[in-house]
This record gives sequence, structure tokens and C-alpha cells, in this order.
Amino acid sequence: MTIEVVLFYALAALAVFGALAMLLFVREVVASAMGLAVTMVSLAGIYLLLEAHLIAALQIIVYAGAILVLFLFVIMLFDPNNDDFDRADPPQIAIKVAGIAAALMLGVAIAGVVSAGLPDAGELPEGFGGFRDIGLQLFTAYVIPVEAAGLLLLAAMVGAVVLAKQRID
Amino acid sequence: MLFLVAAKCLFVVVLVVGVCVPLLAWVDRKQSALMQDRIGGNRAAIGGVTLIGLFHPLADFVKLLTKEDVVPAGANRVLHALAPIIAVVPAIAALAVIPYGGVYTFGRSTVSLVAADIDWGVLYIFALGSIATYGAVLAGWSSNNNWSLLGGVRAAAQMISYEVTMGLSIVGIFMVFGTLKLTDMAAAQDSTIRIMGFVEVFGWILPEWASRFPFTLPNWGIVLQPLGFVMFLTCSMARNKRPPFDLPEAGSELVAGYLTEYSGMRYGLFRLAELVEIAVIAGLMTSLFLGGWTVPWLSTDRIIGAIAPLLGEAFANVVCLLAQVAMFIAKVVGMIWLQMLIRWSLPRFRYDQLMNLCWKVLLPLSIANIFATAGVLLLLGEVG
Repeated sequence: MTIEVVLFYALAALAVFGALAMLLFVREVVASAMGLAVTMVSLAGIYLLLEAHLIAALQIIVYAGAILVLFLFVIMLFDPNNDDFDRADPPQIAIKVAGIAAALMLGVAIAGVVSAGLPDAGELPEGFGGFRDIGLQLFTAYVIPVEAAGLLLLAAMVGAVVLAKQRID
Repeated sequence: MLFLVAAKCLFVVVLVVGVCVPLLAWVDRKQSALMQDRIGGNRAAIGGVTLIGLFHPLADFVKLLTKEDVVPAGANRVLHALAPIIAVVPAIAALAVIPYGGVYTFGRSTVSLVAADIDWGVLYIFALGSIATYGAVLAGWSSNNNWSLLGGVRAAAQMISYEVTMGLSIVGIFMVFGTLKLTDMAAAQDSTIRIMGFVEVFGWILPEWASRFPFTLPNWGIVLQPLGFVMFLTCSMARNKRPPFDLPEAGSELVAGYLTEYSGMRYGLFRLAELVEIAVIAGLMTSLFLGGWTVPWLSTDRIIGAIAPLLGEAFANVVCLLAQVAMFIAKVVGMIWLQMLIRWSLPRFRYDQLMNLCWKVLLPLSIANIFATAGVLLLLGEVG
């Protein structure tokens, strides 16, 4: 086994471990969030093994560094372990139905992938994955989707501000 | 090859953690004393020799190592123990991509004085910085203390806000030099620009006296992106949570913020992270804006070209290496001095001032800077 394979299995195991920790510590919200952080950082490591440097860096800067820290920020503002916090657990039957439905969907998805096979990923030039290659693609071939996504995010942000403003006023 | 990388890492870590950080701890005491008309720590002595207080960092270190490590009741023990490590590891790891010298040829082998010469050097430092945020946030959360929690919440908001402007403030530099690789960035600054040169680009004809104007400036980031320099310095200091941006710690309001429940070496690790971060900021600012390891007006070619015919290629490379590493260290020391000066000169911001500075001043300015840079590059015809 080459060092890449060893690293891949180590990172993959770590990612799964983080995801499991996130579910198991669901009552310890901060520990759960840290489990998510472990998964995100391990995924960044896997991207690095694929020489997708830009996505690896963005994975950490955006997901682990910004979004998850905002999660933590919110968790700290509304201490969920506080007794004042209205912990309205959903009824048991709803949990079971949701669990079975999720398991079914996962099963169908896995069966579909196994039976139909994954589509061909297409050929990439040697060493593709740097920020220059991806940046050029984003601002030439995919410029309209990028701008549309930007507009969508802007609209969401304005909407969030309007909603929050109503509560304050 | 592996040996060389290990040697470079060792050099950087020993230089920063072993030499720079103790000196910074000493400067912190002595500079504040000087600026506040005090004497400063001068009692720590070995055999009666005090060396103007230089033994104080050593005494601090021994004290921190031997003090009791108190963990408050009700604290989350695992996260409480992990937080200082999460704070200090990214700070030290960031040193890997900062080039402290150029590329030198000795016979058939070439040596590049940087531990990890990666394409996405600046993004690497940003990624590590965003992991370091967890250190302060988790410290605040896990301590089971209201002051700590408030400090942690402040740290989260402050570090996320300034991360945005920090990234935007140096987009201009990326556009000018066309790279994210710190070694390329420093090498691109190893030249000069004529002060009057820009006029000719627009096809204007200079008067006779002006076209003979011989003055040149080094082709440094601070010359091309002065606004970027100021904004990036502000943002990185705010990211580092040192005064005047020490709101997560805020000694006069929050006891010691997220550090309140830390003692002994765990507290020491947070301090270590801050001091290492000062060196990292100085090194990064030097590489981006102050020409890195380059000697102003004396490019590598000129140094080697002047010495090589007289004393041989290898000797010229050695001289060049020594001169450029010394130059890099001098610039880093200058940037550290600037940060320390700011730290002891300005009072702490109020929280709304901090957020206004970030979102209402720095963010629009940095976006304007990007547009202005793009416009100038377009006019100069440098956009391919």
C-alpha cells in the first residue's frame, strides 16, 4: 500500500467517526458540532489527496471555519442545555417513521448506484484542481451559473435581514 | 530531500518558538514599561546577572510549567484540554509556507528556503487561521463560566467577521502579482518600478526633465497596494485578538474572557499561540507587501552578478543567501515592532466600533480596492 492509500483509509475512517460522533453526542450539542468539524476537516484531507487544493482549502475556510463556527455561535447564544429551553421532543411514532423513511431512501440510492453504476466522470487534464484552472472555468464556461448562485445567496441574505429586522422593530 | 525539509522546519520552528517568542514576551514587558514610564521586569536573575530582564521569559516558562492546572467544576474536561492545543498548532503550522529566502544554487543542487512550497500558500494560512478560531471559542464554551462564554461568543463573531475582510483586502495583491504562491509572490517583488513609469503607459509624453527622473521604487506590495497593506494589517491584528482588538479577553469587562479558567501551561499555550501568530502575521505581511526576502534596489541577479565574477558562483550564492535571509528577518522584526507599537498605543475598541470598522469601513473599502485594482490592470492592458 502506498502512503496515499494509507492516508485515504485513515482520513475516511476519521470522517465516518466524526459523523457517528455527531449523531451519538446529539445531546451534547457542542461535542456534536465538533464531530461535524472532524468530518469536514477529514474530507478536506481527502480532497488534498485528490490534488483538489482549492476545494480542500475552501472546505476548511468556508465549512469548518465559517459555517460551523456560526453554528457554535448560535449554540452558545441559546444554551440548549438550559432548562428554560423548550425541548419539545417529537412523538416516538414520528421518529420511527422518519428513521424508516430515511433508511429506505438510503437503500434505494445505494441500490440505484450499484445496479446502474456511476456515470463516467470525464477526463480531466493532468494536475487539474488548482485555483487557476477552476477559477478560469468558473468565470468563462460557468459564469452564468456562478452569477445566478450569487444572486440567489444575496436574495437569501436580504430576506434573512428583513425577517430579523421585523423581530427587532 | 526529507532531511532538508526537516532541517528547514526545525530552523523555522526553533527560530520562532525558541528565539522570537521569548524575545516577544520580553519586549511586551519592556516596551509597555518604556511607553508608560516604568522600569519593567528586571528582577529575574541567574547568579546575580539580570541582563535587562531577559531572563523573565525563562522564569515565566518555568512558572507556567510548574503551576497547578486547574479545571473548573462542571467544565467539559475534554474540550477544555483540547482548546489550547487547537489554538497553538495552526499558528505554528502556518510558518511552513512563509519563504524566508529565495532559491540558491550550489553546484548542481538548488536550495529553496521555504519548508513547504505550495501553490495555495495564502489559502493554507487562511485555512489554518479558521481552525484556530475553534481554540478561543471552545475555550470559552468548555470552561463553564459566564465570562468565558461571553469571551468565546465575542471571539467567534470577531474572528469570522474579520476573516471575510482579511481575505478581500489582499485580493488586490493576488491580482497584481497573479499568484497565491508565497515564493512566487516574493520573487515577483525582486525588481524595481520607475516612479514616473506609469505616465508613459498611457501614451503621455513626459517633459524632458521628468523622463530622466532616475528614481525607482522597489516593486513591493506596499507600493502597489498601500490600502491593502493597512487593511490586511488591521484584519490580521483583529484576528489575533490582541489589543486594541482584545474584546474576547477584555480584562476590564470579562475578567479575562475565554482565558479566565485557564492556568499553568494551558494558559501558556494560548499566550504562545498569540505570540507565534504575531511572528506569522509579520512574516506574511513581509512576503505579501514588503518584498519578502528581497533586498530593495538590489535584485538577486545584481548581487550575484556583482560578486560571481570576482569570487565565484558558489560564494556569490552564499553571500546572497545570507544577505536575503538577514533582510527577511530585519523586515519581520520591523513588522513585529509595528504591531507592538499599535498594541501599546491604542485603547481597546468598543464592540460596536469593532463591528462597524469591519463591516462598514473595511469591507466596502476592500471591495473598492478590488475594483480600482482591476480597473488599473485593465487600463495597463495586463489582463489577458
